[in-house]
Amino acid sequence: MKSTDLVDNQYIRTDIPAFGPGDEVKVHVKVIEGNKERIQIFQGNVIGIHGSGVAETYKVRKVSYGVGVERTFPMHTPTVAKVEVVRRGDVRRAKLYYLRDRTGKAAKIKEKRDR
Amino acid sequence: MAQQAIVGEKVGMTQVWAEDNRIVPVTVLRVEPARVVQVKTTERDGYTALQVTYGHKDAKKLSKPEAGHFAKAGVAPGRRLVELRLESVDGFAVGQEITVDMLVKGQKVDVTAVSRGKGTAGVMKRHNFKGQGASHGNHKHHRAPGSIGSCSYPGRVLKGLKMAGHMGNEQVTTMNLEIVEADLERGLLLIKGSVPGPNGGVVIVRNAVKGK
Repeated sequence: MKSTDLVDNQYIRTDIPAFGPGDEVKVHVKVIEGNKERIQIFQGNVIGIHGSGVAETYKVRKVSYGVGVERTFPMHTPTVAKVEVVRRGDVRRAKLYYLRDRTGKAAKIKEKRDR
Repeated sequence: MAQQAIVGEKVGMTQVWAEDNRIVPVTVLRVEPARVVQVKTTERDGYTALQVTYGHKDAKKLSKPEAGHFAKAGVAPGRRLVELRLESVDGFAVGQEITVDMLVKGQKVDVTAVSRGKGTAGVMKRHNFKGQGASHGNHKHHRAPGSIGSCSYPGRVLKGLKMAGHMGNEQVTTMNLEIVEADLERGLLLIKGSVPGPNGGVVIVRNAVKGK
């Protein structure tokens, strides 16, 4: 409970699924070109979640044509149409920055198996 | 001097999204309707101002002079008495309510509050001095001001020299802040950027006297 909840609650999105570090997500980003709007998908691994409440953000990393690309999205931004969780990852830490130094098979994240 | 003024309490800082989906940092103020208790005029008081109160205070908890003051005005007692200096008090009467909707979105305002007290502070914190080197033989003088003057002429330290001392807990005005939202129903005022003072502190908002 924060003192500014009165303002924050109207911006909190409830349609964003729960995900954590290591999960692979598809972020549907609204892109405005001229006066037309279209959806662009950014798919990658969540390598960290930062902050809380209305200011919460998450960092998604993907490797595109051999180049690592990272984007930080505000959790509750209206510019994201939706977020899909593709795959749950089994990781042991909250921030997966070690992936930046790894390539190929070493950069793979184990899939989480429910027992 | 300002034409409009209102008093509020700082709630805290957060962020909102503007129409173009950009994040705007805002300070939330709780602004309850203010009731005019006394109108101060040039003829009687030598300056023009409104004395207002807001919120509710138990009548039993008032001192006798306070109770008399409220009774004379015929206004329900509020939490505080705050004076709002205005250019002109024409059109204001005792008992009148001032609400947050007199301020509109996009308007520029000046915000006055008492800053957070920092206690006794050194020159680096208080006056943004650079301090001294961490190494090169420096011994116990890392945050010291350095020289504070000359030698036998003038033979004294000049007046007004910046030194360590009490910092904060003084009236601060931040000018030309933008109103992001003025919500009468919830009694909230959202101002872009930061506002002096701690959460819960009394803040006076006036229309901007400088700038465009």
